[in-house]
Amino acid sequence: MTATAIMPPRRLIARTLGTPGALAGSIILVVLVFGAIFAPLISPYDPNATRVCPRLAAPSLDYVFGCDLFGRDIFSRILHGSRLSLAVGLLTVAISLIAGTLIGMVIAFLGGRVDRIGVRLLDVMLGFPAIVLAILIVAVLGVGAFNAALAVGISGIPRIARVVRSATLTLVGREFVDSARAVGASQARILRRHLLPNLMPIVIVLGSLDLGTAILSTATLSFLGLGAQPPQAEWGAMLSAGREFMRYAPWTMIFPGLALFLAVMSVNLVGDRLSHILDPRASKHD
Amino acid sequence: MTETPLLAVESLSVAMDGVPVLEDVSFSIAPGETLGLVGESGCGKSVTALSIMRLLPDPPGRITDGRILFDGVDMMSLDLPALRAIRGDRIGMIFQEPMTSLNPVFTIGDQIGESLIVHRGLGGAAARAETTRLLDLVGIPAARNQLNRYPHELSGGQRQRVMIAIALACRPRLLIADEPTTALDVTVQAQILDLIGRLRLEFGMAVLLITHDLGVVAEFCDRVAVMYAGRLVEEAPSARLFAGPRHRYTEALLHTMPAANPPGRKLPSISGAVPAPADRGAGCIFAPRCGFALPRCATELPPLEAPPHRLRCWNPAA
Amino acid sequence: MTLRMPWFLRRILGIVPTLFLTWSIVFGVLQLIPGDPVMLALGGTPVSDEILDNERRRLGLDQPIYVQYLTFLKKMAVGDLGNGYSSKQPVSEMIAARVRPSLELALGGLLVGILLGVALGIAAGLRPHGWVDTATMSTALVGVSLPSFWIGMLLIYVFGLQLEWVPILGDGIDALILPSITIGLFLAGGLARLIRSALIETMTQDYIRTAHSKGLSTLRIVAKHAMRNAIIPPITLLGLQFAVLIGGAVVTERVFARAGLGSMLIDAVLTKDIPLVQGLVVYTTTAYIVINLLLELLYGIVDPRIRSRRA
Repeated sequence: MTATAIMPPRRLIARTLGTPGALAGSIILVVLVFGAIFAPLISPYDPNATRVCPRLAAPSLDYVFGCDLFGRDIFSRILHGSRLSLAVGLLTVAISLIAGTLIGMVIAFLGGRVDRIGVRLLDVMLGFPAIVLAILIVAVLGVGAFNAALAVGISGIPRIARVVRSATLTLVGREFVDSARAVGASQARILRRHLLPNLMPIVIVLGSLDLGTAILSTATLSFLGLGAQPPQAEWGAMLSAGREFMRYAPWTMIFPGLALFLAVMSVNLVGDRLSHILDPRASKHD
Repeated sequence: MTETPLLAVESLSVAMDGVPVLEDVSFSIAPGETLGLVGESGCGKSVTALSIMRLLPDPPGRITDGRILFDGVDMMSLDLPALRAIRGDRIGMIFQEPMTSLNPVFTIGDQIGESLIVHRGLGGAAARAETTRLLDLVGIPAARNQLNRYPHELSGGQRQRVMIAIALACRPRLLIADEPTTALDVTVQAQILDLIGRLRLEFGMAVLLITHDLGVVAEFCDRVAVMYAGRLVEEAPSARLFAGPRHRYTEALLHTMPAANPPGRKLPSISGAVPAPADRGAGCIFAPRCGFALPRCATELPPLEAPPHRLRCWNPAA
Repeated sequence: MTLRMPWFLRRILGIVPTLFLTWSIVFGVLQLIPGDPVMLALGGTPVSDEILDNERRRLGLDQPIYVQYLTFLKKMAVGDLGNGYSSKQPVSEMIAARVRPSLELALGGLLVGILLGVALGIAAGLRPHGWVDTATMSTALVGVSLPSFWIGMLLIYVFGLQLEWVPILGDGIDALILPSITIGLFLAGGLARLIRSALIETMTQDYIRTAHSKGLSTLRIVAKHAMRNAIIPPITLLGLQFAVLIGGAVVTERVFARAGLGSMLIDAVLTKDIPLVQGLVVYTTTAYIVINLLLELLYGIVDPRIRSRRA
């Protein structure tokens, strides 16, 4: 972690918590992560057990967020859903970042025709509305939570690759790359030892900014029926089911939505702050 | 001078974010007269110009003291509509960067004609006719074809000519020219100054020429006022000032002019730097850089002597 | 040798390779769908090999892949999107039948977004750090984290079910109100931010000082001199959002059970109706590219410098 090597972790954390928004985001995020990790211990009921409570029962002391159509405890399901949402979000970002960084780095490093064709293809991919590209990929892969994560991850590659390519181009001209070439370092070694560490700060910034969107997009695919399938405890799928019964049981859609909103917001608030600290230029675009 | 001045700036003080950048500046311009306001960049020349037009962005700029009398009316007492009636109509202004001072997305005809429409109530056709005439006047050939051109299609000199046409559209009585030639090529500089000089005589208007270039002032101005770090240090008729500068700063400034030095030799420069507003003592601000400073220069602010040769110095040149 | 062409012709011709590449990617990606497309075309019902072969020939799927590809490009170029697997109808006609609800929603959302976004953006941009600015920008910051389908459902619950102010179903204009607000809210957030920053930047430009020195009114300076310069980023955002929306507001259509192109795409994916998926994606991306082109032509009208810039 080169980015944090520039700044001691303690200082980075202190600065991240420096604004009220980021502090609030961090607190919510810590609670969510804690809930996700210890979900099996905390959750009062089995998230998938039906008829643990009356169908569509309103929130009460026993069932704090109420119950769904099959008599499942919504609180327990949201708690378990947080594991899936966070895991899927991280997986999605990992796919975009790893593939995007590799592609961007390599085409910029090789340059010439590879770069020209690569950029052209990336630009065409960027011409697809994000959701349409993700849906197109789901059409190929088939529905499911994992495939939805894959689809959102793949559809995020072109953007990351484009940014990493520009960042690499500014590095390739620098002395340390030239001197590495001069002493006969192999191309793979230059990429791994010289370029990658210098690209890490911007990659971390991109990842922290993308995580919120990734969680939201995968939940959206589930809501549309293209991601996680019932009876899996997933926020988007729960919202989709809740839509049918909101007249009688609004809690079936209010709480999963609230959980999704809080998760995305907390990640965005922290990510936004982190990007301000690590790469002041990246956050000046708005 | 017994004539009522067209413009009288009286003990003007301005602060930026609470830091004083202009202190106790006074000067006046008679109708038809040309005054050069000279100094290094950052000495407060442009702030003075913007303050006269009440165009200083507030915040951060604030006029903290003084009066600005234009034609006997205190600009400080006017409300926005009254100010707007003066701006562009009775006082015209041109700026240093003709590239950025013109709006890139409107034709030059539109930008010149706008003043005529707003201040003179001219209709479209009449405004176009007058605009064509103005472009002829500022020396843009085949003016009628030029009305529909955009600023980026013109050269730097042509753009400054357009700026002059905008400033003079309503025949103002005062033209404020803030470094009008600094951004231009040397050959173009002379043409633009000639143009301003010619139009000044034709329109009988007064000019406040702001520049860091003493050479420009020598050719062009009736009187010269020298500023240093937010204060007026010397003011006299041009001939008199160039023949015998008395303030040590003016003297040093004259020595840095290319014309004052044999060709091929490195130009002398004034050693040291202008102190930041926070680091200024009670005395003469130039004292730390002055080769002739007396002990009192550092502690006591010299008073400004009376015309015709106004001077703020304890140990002036003879 | 460079051919002197009017700037707009250069731009129009410039989209041909983009269209070609985009269509090729759609074709290529859909080749990756596992399983025999003929089986999918027949809806998975078991049939004899003979029927299967006939069907394969009829769909041209017996041809080598490059022939299929060339046929595809040829058909795309003339707007022939093939027939849907499940309905057996021409995809172009199926799409045409669904354009209207999507377009209505796109326009409704755009209207709400523009009204709200422009007003807030200008108010925020003219007084940075004033209360309108602070309130708008903090709401926008939090707003990007809101799931649009959740907001849509909350709107339905509050205004449709509890207060009963507006119908939540139907084809009438009043049924368009809530979905338009759902889309408009998200559009307004981005738009207000863009207008704000563009306006703040523009208002510090030298030509604004010139405009002041000419004695122009504040209204004239903002509405004419500043907005004309600040307007390109907001137009870009609106144009691209509109392009996405006419391809169907996938999520909002689902929430409000509107039969537009977005819900059609979801159904097509779920039923593995490949020609329909292909047709819808081609339609959406082509619309996106064409609107992008129209935007570029519009920039040339708004900003004369773009016209003379070499492509």
